[in-house]
Amino acid sequence: MAHYLLSVHSVAGEIREPMTDDEMKESFRQIGILEAEMKSSHSLVLSGRLHEPDTATVVRISNGEVLTTDGPFAESKEHLGGFYIIEADNLDAALAWATKVSKTIKRPIEVWPFVDVRS
Amino acid sequence: MFGADVHPDGSAAFLVGEAAVSRIFREEYGRSVASLIRAFGDIDAAEDAVQEAFAVALRKWPGDGLPPNPGGWITTTARNVAIDRQRREARGRELLREVAVLLPQKDDPGTAKEVGAVEDDRLRLIFTCCHPALSTEAQVALTLRLLGGLSTEEVARSFVVAEATMAQRIVRAKRKIKAARIPYRIPELHELPGRLRPVLAVVYLLYNAGPASPAEPDLRREAIRLARVLSTLMPNEPEVAGLLALLLLTESRRASRSRPDGSLVLLGEQDRTRWDRALIEEGQAIVRRYRRHGPPGPYMLQAAINAVHADAATVQQTDWSQIVALYDQLFAVSPTPVVALNRAIAIGEVQGPAAALPLVDELDLGDYYPFHATRADLLWRLGRADEAAAAYERAAALAPTKAERDFLKLGGRADVIKEAGR
Repeated sequence: MAHYLLSVHSVAGEIREPMTDDEMKESFRQIGILEAEMKSSHSLVLSGRLHEPDTATVVRISNGEVLTTDGPFAESKEHLGGFYIIEADNLDAALAWATKVSKTIKRPIEVWPFVDVRS
Repeated sequence: MFGADVHPDGSAAFLVGEAAVSRIFREEYGRSVASLIRAFGDIDAAEDAVQEAFAVALRKWPGDGLPPNPGGWITTTARNVAIDRQRREARGRELLREVAVLLPQKDDPGTAKEVGAVEDDRLRLIFTCCHPALSTEAQVALTLRLLGGLSTEEVARSFVVAEATMAQRIVRAKRKIKAARIPYRIPELHELPGRLRPVLAVVYLLYNAGPASPAEPDLRREAIRLARVLSTLMPNEPEVAGLLALLLLTESRRASRSRPDGSLVLLGEQDRTRWDRALIEEGQAIVRRYRRHGPPGPYMLQAAINAVHADAATVQQTDWSQIVALYDQLFAVSPTPVVALNRAIAIGEVQGPAAALPLVDELDLGDYYPFHATRADLLWRLGRADEAAAAYERAAALAPTKAERDFLKLGGRADVIKEAGR
């Protein structure tokens, strides 16, 4: 078994066609079904959706002092919008989950393996 | 491969030279490595053991003679080498658990399902090497290295990159296989279309690595060998058979396809008596065998087009309307501008250059020299000599080799060159 991060990237300022209330409800329903499936197969470790990048704060130690600044750390247009941490046998199993997530939320998914801390 | 000869003691024995061992190495390396990866779950351990087994063979075979089944001997010896190493290494057992990712899972349907009658680890290996999570460059390099038994230096030479660059590419790809746990399995049926595509593309790419590669003859041979292995292992996949047929039919024209200076001879001007009939018959038989296997895919359609060409004793006798029909089908499944260009050329043969030129003109292929060469040819046939000359100039400017450029500057067709010489 290994752990994978399935990350959902958002692009700042990107205009997506707004969903109607019904579409929104349907989308949440489908995400609910998918997450229930992940849980019942003991694949889901943690999932979360993040606020916009301008809500992020960076803490760093500079010359021994704590320096707190407005975030995010990486000045890029793309940012992490949400994620799943899953457990899977191998990459193909992780990609199968990524496919389901991508179909549900209609966004590309990046699949990252975690370093196995035991090794 | 190796000659039967008489030993000084009078007994007939096989003399086994280094060349024979290296040939056996090329032929058996992939099978042995694939089988060792399955047994030990680690690519590097498998490669090291197989290389060690060949080193033992180089010491033993010249004196002892060739074993009855050299490939089996190598695999068994490599397996023993790997087991010995594991025993010697204190952390062996622990390591084995860590690398067990490549060992097939119990509940993995790819393990239980036998592929037809032939179960071959090489099939697992090629699907791992050509996993879509790896870049095409990495897929090609790994396939040549692990299945083809080419050294890193040979792989580097094949693709005209520095050996260090290629070594790094291979190391990175192996690291990704380990870190991301790319499995060692045959994809399930519903995954196969997406997973087979890169496998076939890699084999096709190997064949077409082209004259730019100094290892071209080796790569062509290796591509055909891999296509043969794949079609034996997956007899129910028409596109695998299609790829093999396409390579065989393309290979059948190799001797007549280029001049001694390396420039290309157009299909219509090739000496068809030099086409390899055995390869043609083998390729055509495959095309016929799969005719009723449902709608053909792009490789089978290209094979069918080549099979029609191979049937014609002269270019004039070619069944061009059948070729147009096949290009129509090919364009429907693979709507690329290059397919459209070839379809237009076929239409030009059936309906004449006036019908073909507008089809060619609408294509966005300004950087592709055959596009300009085709336009030039059609314009020439329409009697528009100045425009034809300009198009040949543009084709020549884009052509990859000097021989090609010189040829195109002279008008791109032997008959034009003859006329120009008058």
